[in-house]
Amino acid sequence: MIKARVTVTLKNGVLDPQGKAIEGALGSLGFEGVHQVRQGKVFDLEIDGTDKGQAEANLKTMCDKLLANTVIENYTIAID
Amino acid sequence: MKSAVVQLPGLNRDRDMIAALTKISGKAPITIWQTETAIPDDVDLIVIPGGFSYGDYLRCGAIAARMPVLQAIKEKAEKGVKVLGVCNGFQILVEAGMLPGVLMRNTSLRFVCKDVKLEVINADTDFTRAYAKGQIIRCPVAHHDGNYFVDEETLAGMEDRGEIIFRYAEGTNPNGSLSDIAGVINSRGNVLGMMPHPENLIEAAHGGNDGRGIFASALEVIAA
Repeated sequence: MIKARVTVTLKNGVLDPQGKAIEGALGSLGFEGVHQVRQGKVFDLEIDGTDKGQAEANLKTMCDKLLANTVIENYTIAID
Repeated sequence: MKSAVVQLPGLNRDRDMIAALTKISGKAPITIWQTETAIPDDVDLIVIPGGFSYGDYLRCGAIAARMPVLQAIKEKAEKGVKVLGVCNGFQILVEAGMLPGVLMRNTSLRFVCKDVKLEVINADTDFTRAYAKGQIIRCPVAHHDGNYFVDEETLAGMEDRGEIIFRYAEGTNPNGSLSDIAGVINSRGNVLGMMPHPENLIEAAHGGNDGRGIFASALEVIAA
């Protein structure tokens, strides 16, 4: 079995109101000097088989088809 | 004209939409459930109503957009059948790639539920011919993710081709959407998506009927 982690982040230039709100909340908690907070998503997956190359190719398709909206989001794939 | 309303788990504006279509066309729409993959050939207008399909998990409309019924709707749209997506319906259409762009969280981070004013930017479409270009209409909105975004190049092309159909007027943009966009159409002109709810402003009991023209146009109740 292969374990993988997919990280989905907003592309540069896409406004992230949630990230802004979190940045504001960090400031109000007294954490100074925190900038450019961007919120993203993490998916942990377990995939049958042992072929990591095939798994990565499949994960890329999963990202393009569902896990990320590539109009506004980038993704990275990490395989254990 | 025969119309159809899509019903998916979590959509909750379907009955409002059925009532609007029935009142304006005089004929009840058929309903299309999530498991259906064949849409009858005599359907001329498919409406995807608002709500929270599949809990809006992952992203609003993302799961619905990948259901087989959406593939069936896509095939109908490619044959020229009219498709109208309202609110979650609009989110589903962009997630399905049937309209450009994406609908993000409102910049206020709040769910907005109120009346806004819309400017009709293009009245020369199958959905807006009941209006005049530049006409300001009232329409309710109720959403958390109506902040339309698209890259600059795509936006410029859409503007050139007249695919921006509605803009929030007079400083009423409730969600921070790019260029005040409230509704867009595809290049072929048969798929319209909009965040506001015209089905909730079609008769005196609603306090106005500014939304009626969209259905009257799409259902060809008025002369072309």
